Formats: sequence, structure tokens, C-alpha cells
Amino acid sequence: MNLILVTFIILLAFTSYYFGRKKALVIQSSQRLTALPKFYGYYLAAWCAAPALIIFALWSVFEPSIVKTFILQDYTDQNLTKNELQLIYTKVKALAAGTYTGDITNFLDESANKYIQLKGIANSAKVAIILAILIFSLSFAYRSVQKNDRMREPVEIFLKWVLFVASLGAVLVTIGIVFSLLFEAIRFFQAVKIFDFIFGTHWYPAKTFVRDGQPDPELMKDAFGAVPLFAGTFFIAFIAMCVAIPIGLLSGIYLSEYAGRGIRKYAKPIIEILAGIPTVVYGFFAALTVGPFVKEIGNAMGLEVSAESALAAGAVMGVMIIPFISSLSDDVMTAVPQNLRDGSYAMGATKSETVKKVIFPAALPGIVGSILLAVSRAVGETMIVVMASGLAANLTMNPLESTSTITAQIVVILIGDQQFGDPKTQSAFALGISLFIVTLLLNVIALSVVKKYREKYE
Amino acid sequence: MSKIKAENVNVYYGSKQALFDVSIDIAEKEVTALIGPSGCGKSTFLRCLNRMNDVIEICRVEGSIKMDNLELNSRKLDVVRLRENVGMVFQKPNPFPKTIYENVAYGPTIHGIAQSKEEMDQIVETSLKKAALWNEVKDRLDEIGTGLSGGQQQRLCIARAISVSPEVILMDEPCSALDPIATAQIEELIDDLKKEVTIVIVTHSMSQAARVSQKTGFFHLGKLIEFGPTDKIFKNPDNQQTQDYITGRFG
Repeated sequence: MNLILVTFIILLAFTSYYFGRKKALVIQSSQRLTALPKFYGYYLAAWCAAPALIIFALWSVFEPSIVKTFILQDYTDQNLTKNELQLIYTKVKALAAGTYTGDITNFLDESANKYIQLKGIANSAKVAIILAILIFSLSFAYRSVQKNDRMREPVEIFLKWVLFVASLGAVLVTIGIVFSLLFEAIRFFQAVKIFDFIFGTHWYPAKTFVRDGQPDPELMKDAFGAVPLFAGTFFIAFIAMCVAIPIGLLSGIYLSEYAGRGIRKYAKPIIEILAGIPTVVYGFFAALTVGPFVKEIGNAMGLEVSAESALAAGAVMGVMIIPFISSLSDDVMTAVPQNLRDGSYAMGATKSETVKKVIFPAALPGIVGSILLAVSRAVGETMIVVMASGLAANLTMNPLESTSTITAQIVVILIGDQQFGDPKTQSAFALGISLFIVTLLLNVIALSVVKKYREKYE
Repeated sequence: MSKIKAENVNVYYGSKQALFDVSIDIAEKEVTALIGPSGCGKSTFLRCLNRMNDVIEICRVEGSIKMDNLELNSRKLDVVRLRENVGMVFQKPNPFPKTIYENVAYGPTIHGIAQSKEEMDQIVETSLKKAALWNEVKDRLDEIGTGLSGGQQQRLCIARAISVSPEVILMDEPCSALDPIATAQIEELIDDLKKEVTIVIVTHSMSQAARVSQKTGFFHLGKLIEFGPTDKIFKNPDNQQTQDYITGRFG
């Protein structure tokens, strides 16, 4: 029903676009148009679709809760809790849909009938109202087309609002995500002191699990110390950057300054393919190929190496990040004006001197920005770490041992069945928000550095 | 006395020929002006003299260009040494985004000319003085060179070019981005510099060519149409095309 209605509105909007354009051509024969004919079409189409779709959306949002209130009115005298009422409503809905399998009481049956009835009324009302709105707004718009009112401005304003709503949506979703993280994190910090979280050195949330009851507060104190996770996260990111920065930068320099047009044409897309490989693939590459390889080499040298070493995970993560750094630094170095290169070559500087003394310093802010973006990507990377670096949160600086990261722990905490309201589950949100703050800071710094670089040449 | 002798120079950009059999003798410690309409090949020729065409991948140069009997258009030539001897000033001022001091010290540093900090200070000061910029910037040598005005930037580029004491300076329309006052300063500077160095200048302004140069070459469609003393070219050219261009009938 809803699908038909929306399709109908959209089809009608298309029709009115063509109709409006035709009408404009008719008007053109007798008087001067106020805008191009297509604007007459846009005007009619916008007036046709926008009001009807807005009302439709609002209706769809509010209808269920209104129907629910009507149904549950009959149960107000029974002194039921919120959860029990919810259960009853679910039963009623299931009964109405014919999927209910429990005992059917008279009362429930009555409610179900009432539900079906209400739904029917609501549906007919919706169709009637939307048709009325369509007729009203279309005739209003058609009248101003006939009067040959100004058409361009309303269409432009309408487009501005469409764009505004789209960006508003994006912003609201972001804010929503941040707040949902924040509220759960706050609940977590009610159970665990923020001091214990930030400075504690033991991460072992599983030991707080107690069947049917509140865990011992003494246990809580020592179970949620995030230091090993922060350390592990930055340690693995550090290993990744040790791989990615030299290779990425050098290949960026090669691509922008040394490679001929032919090589560049093929090499750049190939490097960028690295960025297109799903991280899961990197993950099992790290876990099944690089990890055992590192272990074997280590064993051959007489070292104790874990099969899930930080080194393997970090190295593979570094490979994943190479294209970010090489591609971005290639772009910023290519953007350095050619006349600076000419100036340097004309002084008798060689290619490497020009790169070292002119191109690289001029591009440095952009390169730093690209590296910071890459770091924030490394800090937030999950899949490789989950698969290749183990899940035990060891506080270690030995790249050959296994360690764990914030992201990996969030995965561990939230896969499978969880209990909401349990500090163990909520700790994931606390970890999430701390990760978010770190990457946000890195991104802000990176963007401001990049912006500073742009100002220099414009 | 001849400083640079070019014979039958042909230049190709890919399959397109940009210069046709250009032969020219550039005299020592004189200003030679190259004039002609846009796209006539005068800048291309200029860039042959310090091998800047090497930077352009598809560019191919044929023929012989000799400077003091050294063949410039040869694979064996050390381009770094050549460019140390043949400086260049570009159309758009292009100081490096470094300090004024570092801009001038750039050449002496990469060629290892100065042995000590004092010597380097001396080179920077002399170069800036020769470029008539010293008095304006002596108190702010550690400011960024790109922060200067257009005319100052161009004089900074000239100071940068003369810091390695080249024998020849090539100027590719050095005043086209500057206002009349800055242009006058640069022209005065060219006049001073020619006591010590050979200057080849490409210019769109015929009055500038008449003011600063002793010899003038007129290029058209990749050919050197006429070359001779500036007075003769401007007052009594042999070639009808030169006459038409000088009097503003085309170009």
C-alpha cells in the first residue's frame, strides 16, 4: 500500500514536470517567460512531491505509536508495568497478523480486532489526506504557473532546502551516534571509576561475570584498566607506521617526481588497489601467512615468537596504509607549482636536491596531514587486529608477543549474547568513545595542517 | 666576442617542430633580446641554452650550441655545471617558500661554493646588493621570500641567479608580471649586470628590447627571421616581416 502510494506520488511529480514545461511553452507564445521552461516543470514537480511526501513521512512515523496508545487504553486499569504492556501489544499485533500461537483470550481477541479496524481506518485516512494534499498543492502551483509568476527563485530556494535537509540528516546521525556512545559510557563510569579505567593496567572484563547478581565491586576495580589496550593500539599503529611511512613516502616521491608518464599511469592505480582490498582479506593474510612466517623466522633465530604477534598485525596494517600515504603525498607534491621545480633545476640542482630542499619542504604540511590521517586509520583498524594479533590484553612492548587493541576488545565484548546494563557490555561504549576522541583529535589536527598548506599557494 | 654560438638548432615537441634551423651568435657581456609573437619559439630557444628543455619529456633538440667551444647539446655534458654557469630568471617570480637568505644561499649551498658561514653571508649580501634589493631586505633576511612584492620577488630571483656568479643569465620575459616601476628597476639592473655577465632576454615589449639590448633577434613561426644590432633592427630592418612586426602591423 505504502509502496503504491509513494510510486504514485513520484510518477505524478514526473508527469507534472513535463506538463509544466509544456505549459510554459504555451505561455511563451503570448508573453515573456520568467524563467527557462524547465523551471516551470521543476516548480510543479516540487509542489506535487514535496508536501505529499513530507506528510507521508510524518504519518508513517507517528501512526504506530498512536495506534498503540489506542489499543493499550483498554489495559490502563490493570496496573501493568511498561514491559508487560509492551508484551501485550506485541501479542495483539501477532494475533492480528495471524502469527500468534499462544492461548487466545477474549480480551486479546477483541484487541486484535480493534487493531485491525484502527489500521484500516488509518490507511484509508492516509490515502485520503495525501490525495487531498496532492490536489490542493498541485492546483495552487498550477495557478501560479498560469499567472506566469516568477519560477526560478522558488525552485532555487526549494533546492537549497533539499540540500540543507540532506546535510542536516548527516549531522544529526553523527550527533546521535556520539550521544548513544556517551550515554552508555556514562552508565559504565557509574559502575567503574573513570580513574580506574584510564590508569588501570589490567584488562580482564570476563572475571566480573557473575551469574544472577551484582559483581563484586573489588573485582570491578581491577578488571577494566584500559592502559594495556591503549598501549597495544598505539604500539600496533606505531609498527604499522614504521612500515607505511617510509615505503609510502618514498613511493609518493618516486611517483610525483621521478616516474615517467607511462609508469605513473599504471603504478598509481596499482598502488591504490591496495586500498581497495577488504580488511578481512588483509586479516587472514596476516593471521595465516605473515604471522606463522614471522614465528618461523623468529624460532629459527632462537626467539620466542607468538603466532599472533603484534609485529605481524602491525606490518600487514602498514601495508594496508601504504596507499593512503603514497597517494596523498604524491598529490600534494604534484601540486607544488612547476615553476618552483624550474627555479631549482635552473640553479643547477639535481633531482634529489630539488626534492629534498624545495619540493618536500613545500609539501611538508600536506604530507604531515596525510600521515596523521593514516595514523587515525591505523588506530581505528579492527579486522586485522582481531584476526592476527590475539585477544589477550597483555601490557607489553615486545613486538613478538601478542597484544590487543581497543577495537579488537570492542569486538570481543559485543559478539555473541550480551547483557545490557552489564558493566562488561557497557565498557565497549567507554572504549568506543575514547577511540572516537583519539581519532577525532587526529583528524582535526590533520585537517587544520592541510588547510594551512592550502593557504600558502592560493 | 662570441660567447654562445648556435648552429642549425631544430627543436621538436613530440612530432611537432618548434624551431627551424636557428643559427645565432651571442656576444659576450652584451644584452641580446629575442622578440617575436607568442608561440614563435623564442622561449624554447632560450631554454636550449641551459638545457631546461630536458625537463620536458617529449622535447628533442638537434643541432649544435657551443658556449666557449663547449658543446651544450651533448649527452656527455654535465648539466649541473652548465646551469651553474648559465643562470635563469623566469616569467613569473618563483622564489622558494623559504627565507630570503635561504633563497639566495640556495645555489652556493648546492654547489658547495661557500666554505664558511661568513663567506655565505658575504655572498648573500653581494648578490642582494647587485640585485638592488639589499637596502630593502637587509633587516628581514629571515622572512619568507614569497612575502615580498612582485618586483622584489623578481629581484630576489635575480639575486638567486647571480649568487653562483654565472657567466650567462637567461631571462624569460622577466617583467611581464610586474608594474612599470618594478620594470624600470629591473631594466636598470640589467644594464648594470651586463658589465659582468652575458644576458639573453626574451621579451614581449619591443620598447624594452630597444631600451636594454645591444643585439636583437626576431623570431617568427619557429624561425629566426632577422638578427642584428638593436638600432638596425628597430630603425632599418632588412626583412619586411620584421618591419611589419616592429611597426605593430601584426603580432
